[in-house]
Amino acid sequence: MQDKRFKIANREALIGIVLVVINFAIWFGFAYGLGSGNPTEYTYVFGFPAWFFYSCFAGTIFMIVLIWLAIKLFFKDIPFDDEEEHL
Amino acid sequence: MIHWQVIIPLLIFLIIIFCIGFWANKHVRLSKSFLQEYFLGGREMGGFLLAMTMMATYGSASSFIGGPGVSYNLGLGWVLLAMAQLPAGYFVLMILGKKFAILSRRYEAITLIDFLKKRYESNTVVVLSAISIIVFLFASMTAQWVGGARLIESLTGLSYTVALLIFAVTVLIYVIIGGFRAVALTDAMQGSVMLIGTIILLIGTIIAGGGLDNIMNSLVNENPQMLSPFGSDGSLTPLYVSTFWILIGLGVVGLPQIAVRAMSYKDSKSLHRAILIGTIGIGTIMFGMHVIGVLARPVIPGIEIGDKVMPMLTLEVLPPLLAGIVLAAPMAAIMSTVNALLILVSSTVVKDLYLNFIHPNATDKQIKTRSFWVTTIIGLAVVFFAMKPPEFLIWLNLFAFGGLESAFLWSVVFGLYWKKANKYGAIASMITGLVLYISIDRLSPHIFGMHTVTIPVLVSCIVFVIVSLATHQKSELENI
Repeated sequence: MQDKRFKIANREALIGIVLVVINFAIWFGFAYGLGSGNPTEYTYVFGFPAWFFYSCFAGTIFMIVLIWLAIKLFFKDIPFDDEEEHL
Repeated sequence: MIHWQVIIPLLIFLIIIFCIGFWANKHVRLSKSFLQEYFLGGREMGGFLLAMTMMATYGSASSFIGGPGVSYNLGLGWVLLAMAQLPAGYFVLMILGKKFAILSRRYEAITLIDFLKKRYESNTVVVLSAISIIVFLFASMTAQWVGGARLIESLTGLSYTVALLIFAVTVLIYVIIGGFRAVALTDAMQGSVMLIGTIILLIGTIIAGGGLDNIMNSLVNENPQMLSPFGSDGSLTPLYVSTFWILIGLGVVGLPQIAVRAMSYKDSKSLHRAILIGTIGIGTIMFGMHVIGVLARPVIPGIEIGDKVMPMLTLEVLPPLLAGIVLAAPMAAIMSTVNALLILVSSTVVKDLYLNFIHPNATDKQIKTRSFWVTTIIGLAVVFFAMKPPEFLIWLNLFAFGGLESAFLWSVVFGLYWKKANKYGAIASMITGLVLYISIDRLSPHIFGMHTVTIPVLVSCIVFVIVSLATHQKSELENI
């Protein structure tokens, strides 16, 4: 059962967890960090309230770039069928 | 009143979907392994197809109709909540990932239950899972079906029954004859329609509202809280909104209709591409559709029924032909969810119940006819119930998402990544999750200010670990 591919798979699952933690932190931090004040005194970025722009719009784009980087740098091409097990 | 400009794009859309079904049927007839082809599309999906079918299955009536309606009333806070769905694009595929792909091939698993059966070697797990899939997904299929028919009814002016039959006949025919391949291919088309529709409507709404600055000004004048993360009535607390990450983001790993897609792709490259495309797609649709709901408020003020916001906005701000294309998007969303559920319930009955317990030595020909029949009968049963939906189905549908997550999440995740996970832990956690979910929902849905799903998911995790550890020696002995 000591399949080398599982080590790669486990690491990629771990990267998934790290990404989700970053995602949550950006989302939560900007939303409640910038958005807790009085709504009439909000500053605006590109037409949206700043908290919303950073948390929901810019944060999403940042995550997509981060995911792209993570895949490019850390994700490995491995075969799924057992016959071709030797890497 | 019948709007022809809207009906024609919808008709063209239905015809294309029909053709895809017939084309996929050729593969089903020529395939050497019927089960793998019919229920899994031969494990041949590439990255784009995988991303689209994940996105289209996940995005349902609520993303296009219900969601924008709530944003219309609660403001930007609801968009914030909706963005908790972003992980459904990458997290699910990364967690199930390559380990699930390798193991499901090794086990020759066709369904999620196949995987659980081989992993835990327990008939109790199979029966429990099959029952929860059939019960919950049958209910949510009926609800989506009703939603689809109501949408056609309101757009075309046809009667509910006729609308339901049009919708049902289309979906049933292509799913029955084409199987999973037809489902995935139509999902790719439906997913594209969903994306394009979202973008067109977003642009149209901003223009109709006289630009973002103008719209935001009107919102502040009406009620500044519309722009806060706490919702127009202050009901969206940070804790409550955060727990939605479990329901609509992380817990999605445990949804069988999503998990089965994670064993149907071709190779590592498909997975990598699907993660990126899927995240972009889900991000665009969830952000777009929910923001549209908020921006719609100054454009078409005074709508009382939330579900009407999206259709009315579309007819108001877009020229008829574009409106037809945009209104095909919620149809696509509903169809692509329904078709996934139909083929999944059918695979559960045929593969997990019939082949496991009733007739293990069925010939290929028998399996083939039975699969077509089972899919047909389930489909017709749904249509029958959707004619006049009984209370208990509507009630069950409310549990479908959270209930399935509470039941499956840990069995799948621990089954993949924890060697000591055993059948006792799996059974205990499934029962705990389901019972807790239903009772909390009945007794106190906002317990401690969190979404209903939070406690069942946490407790079933703890139960899984404790029971697995406690029975570790017992299950070791059984395996010798």
